[in-house]
Amino acid sequence: MATITVTVNGKSYTSDVEPRMLLVHYLREHLNLTGTHIGCDTSQCGACVVLVDGVSVKSCTMLAVQADGANVLTIEGLAQNGQLHPLQEGFWECHGLQCGYCTPGMIMAAYDLLQQNPNPTDEEVRHGLEGNLCRCTGYHNIVRAVQYAAAKMRGEAVPA
Amino acid sequence: MTAETMPTKLVGQAIKRREDPQLITGQGSFLDDIKLPGMTHACVLRSPYAHAKIKSIDTSKAKAHPGVVAVFTGEDMLDLNPLPCAWQAGRVKNNVNTPRVLAVGEVHFVGDPVALVIAEDRYIARDACDLIEVEYEPLPVVVDAKKATEPGAPQLHENAPNNIVMEWEAGDKAKADAAIAAAEVVVREQIINQRLIPTPMETRGSIARYEPATGEFTLWTTSQAPHVMRLVLTAFVFGIPETKLRVISPNVGGGFGQKIFCYNDMAFTMWAARKIGRPVKFVEDRSENYKYSTHGRDHITDVELAGNRDGTITGLRVTTYANLGAYLSTIAPGIPTTLYGRIITGAYRIPAAYVKVYGVYTNTAMVDAYRGAGRPEASYLIERMVDRFAAEIGMDPAEVRRKNFIPPDAFPYDNGLGLLPYDSGNYEAALNKALEIVGYAEFRKQQEEARKQGKYLGIGISSYVEICGVAPSKWIGLPGEGWGAGLWESANVRVHLTGKVVVTTGSLPHGQGVETTFAQIVADELGVPYDDVVIEHSDTAGTPFGYGTYGSRSLAVGGMAVYRSVAKIKEKAKKIAAHMLEANPDDMVYENGRVYVKGSPDRFKTLAEIALQASVAYDLPEGMEPFLDETTYYDPPNCTFPFGTHIAIVEVDPDTGIVDLKRYVAVDDCGNVINPMIVDGQIHGGIAQGIAQALYERAVYDENGQLVTGTLMDYAVPAAHMLPPFETARTVTPSPVNPLGVKGAGEAGTIASAQAVMNAVIDALSPFGVKHMQMPATPENVWKAIRAAQAAS
Repeated sequence: MATITVTVNGKSYTSDVEPRMLLVHYLREHLNLTGTHIGCDTSQCGACVVLVDGVSVKSCTMLAVQADGANVLTIEGLAQNGQLHPLQEGFWECHGLQCGYCTPGMIMAAYDLLQQNPNPTDEEVRHGLEGNLCRCTGYHNIVRAVQYAAAKMRGEAVPA
Repeated sequence: MTAETMPTKLVGQAIKRREDPQLITGQGSFLDDIKLPGMTHACVLRSPYAHAKIKSIDTSKAKAHPGVVAVFTGEDMLDLNPLPCAWQAGRVKNNVNTPRVLAVGEVHFVGDPVALVIAEDRYIARDACDLIEVEYEPLPVVVDAKKATEPGAPQLHENAPNNIVMEWEAGDKAKADAAIAAAEVVVREQIINQRLIPTPMETRGSIARYEPATGEFTLWTTSQAPHVMRLVLTAFVFGIPETKLRVISPNVGGGFGQKIFCYNDMAFTMWAARKIGRPVKFVEDRSENYKYSTHGRDHITDVELAGNRDGTITGLRVTTYANLGAYLSTIAPGIPTTLYGRIITGAYRIPAAYVKVYGVYTNTAMVDAYRGAGRPEASYLIERMVDRFAAEIGMDPAEVRRKNFIPPDAFPYDNGLGLLPYDSGNYEAALNKALEIVGYAEFRKQQEEARKQGKYLGIGISSYVEICGVAPSKWIGLPGEGWGAGLWESANVRVHLTGKVVVTTGSLPHGQGVETTFAQIVADELGVPYDDVVIEHSDTAGTPFGYGTYGSRSLAVGGMAVYRSVAKIKEKAKKIAAHMLEANPDDMVYENGRVYVKGSPDRFKTLAEIALQASVAYDLPEGMEPFLDETTYYDPPNCTFPFGTHIAIVEVDPDTGIVDLKRYVAVDDCGNVINPMIVDGQIHGGIAQGIAQALYERAVYDENGQLVTGTLMDYAVPAAHMLPPFETARTVTPSPVNPLGVKGAGEAGTIASAQAVMNAVIDALSPFGVKHMQMPATPENVWKAIRAAQAAS
């Protein structure tokens, strides 16, 4: 067992974990933060994306012990004071989700994308999300949702 | 609500989904999110061989591993019956072999379950699986459906000579033979509809709990049909009273058909939970989902289409080998028969058609319904052949379609293949609209110009018709099409004392937004605020028996059950209001949430007032039961038949074989639309899966029966950058089958799209002499198709 201290969604946790435990299992099983999902076993689907020290990471591809001392943001920590993040709002407004399973990972990946590129083209959104799979939407409305959020975060009128 | 605040009509509006707030904040409750006190974790050891005898299994090391609770093999579970096949092909003999919960004596495909470990956590369970020693004696393997029927092929099951599940046919063979013999032109192809893996983003799984004091099980499972699972597991697999099991589908992360069926983990979690006295959880890894859960399509078809040089299609003859895998999944034989063979002529009036289907066992994963289920295969076949015919006679493919469409005045239309009559349609209107949006005539000029500059553009048209809301039970059921149950749907509507409306339904969403659309219908019909309506589903405790969500049936069947129950509520409300207002019940009018006396709209009672009266019940009409509570079991008189035209534009680079999908236009007609945003979303997702089949996806088994595409690293589910934006539009031809005029939209996109893309690719390649190529149009396949055509010319 190894002892780790991780800040998740602004709250500090100290836990004993097996060295082989994946970060995604730590979040889901130890901290009961089940909003982060698992959709594959080869790091393709992106359902498990969280931010580690501000950078998007597939949490199935990182060990919990590697997150020792890190600051993790998950989907549960995105809304502030009951106010949805513009990305969450965008996904709702633009029907950017159907079954909702890929959505947390998709939103967290888009969060990182918009940090790096606050004014992306549709093409850049599509390429920015190429590490995340959605089987329901065909991505059409996910692109719209991200553009909605991007406009809102830039303080512009949201696209129709 | 007062009479002054009339609600706006919600049906037809793009209401944001009420399902979403929990899902966008990480508060959903999917199967793997559920934790129960004392819960254990299951891991399955699977066969690495596609066909082998099990000589011995040694579980001693696994049992001794710290943290392991129990290890079981198939021999331990002989008290369980094999999983049943509930839809055998109608009116013919089916040689049925279904899977045991764990294999006994012999394995028939890679991934066949051999042993089960129950442990304190999933890491330990996996470790212990690796400690089980199994001795196999490998046997010969066959993975190709046509080869499996040939003399000398390895045999999977004693009761299925030549690996044939069933031989089934539809249409008139003599007429089709004569039409083909007499035709001016006959085009022939072998068309392969490759095997696909449905790939819902959430894999499948089950959690079972057993209460020894009552002998009752609770099963949480990733199911599209919890009531059916309850019935199948108790009556067929366990042989216990149906009342001893409660099945709950939590949030389900996509289904696409794969989650309709009864799987072994439902049974072994229940069996083990009872055995060890603790709850058991099993969740597939993705690689297990790919190996074990059902696949789709996998047809090899020889097809001949006959016609005249004026563009008239005169005959169609089809022979299909449908690979059903190593055993029969829950409804497997019904897919390539009723849902494929009976609609093989598509949107066209073809006077002579015949289809023969062989269902075949092979050493591969089971094949069953995958989004569209039979109709994509049928639509791909006819649409590819119509283009092939058009090219052969040198006629524009749009013109050939126009010439052969079933005309609007021919509905209800009997296609002569044993289907109920097509309900309504205006196929040319949808085609014209799609051609107009895409700018067809202009594109043909651009294409001509581009070819001169060595650029290869192509356009592909797909005019489809499909079958939704499959019913009625007397047609689809056992004596007819072989479905082993009914196909009605249920709904209960209650108006509580406070005026709030509770709807329970046998339908359930896993992305389709049924909570939202059903609430729109109820709010409009009852004239109550949308937020006053709650839709409850997915739990066999508390919902009436229903068949579940698949086959694009939720709205056309489940929604109609809701609609009918609401109508009954309104009738009772009128009687109570008449009593309250001392008026004649026959003179009452229900409008916008209130009941008034005809001609005196200011003499009224609101639904809330009536519900209160019905609940407190001290002053009701003589003999009337209290409460507003009505249930409907709705069995439609016919299926519905959505249709439309999809058009794809591609550019193909002949040097690299890369296909650039430049535009995708979809005009769909699913009858009346309750929520256009949700319908568009369904169409988008369906199109993505069809494009994926055309350009990217294929499940590949090697000759030893190893699944080469066994992970998401190898199986090409498209990401965002691999798909274009979609241009969607609609025509609206209401269905006469139901008073809502709805048809269904869940599968149309998938049914329409693969052939639109492939027709475009082949159109682009026509200067090279390419007449047909098999899917997917990967760069390698395109490159080879060009070279093969050049070599042949």
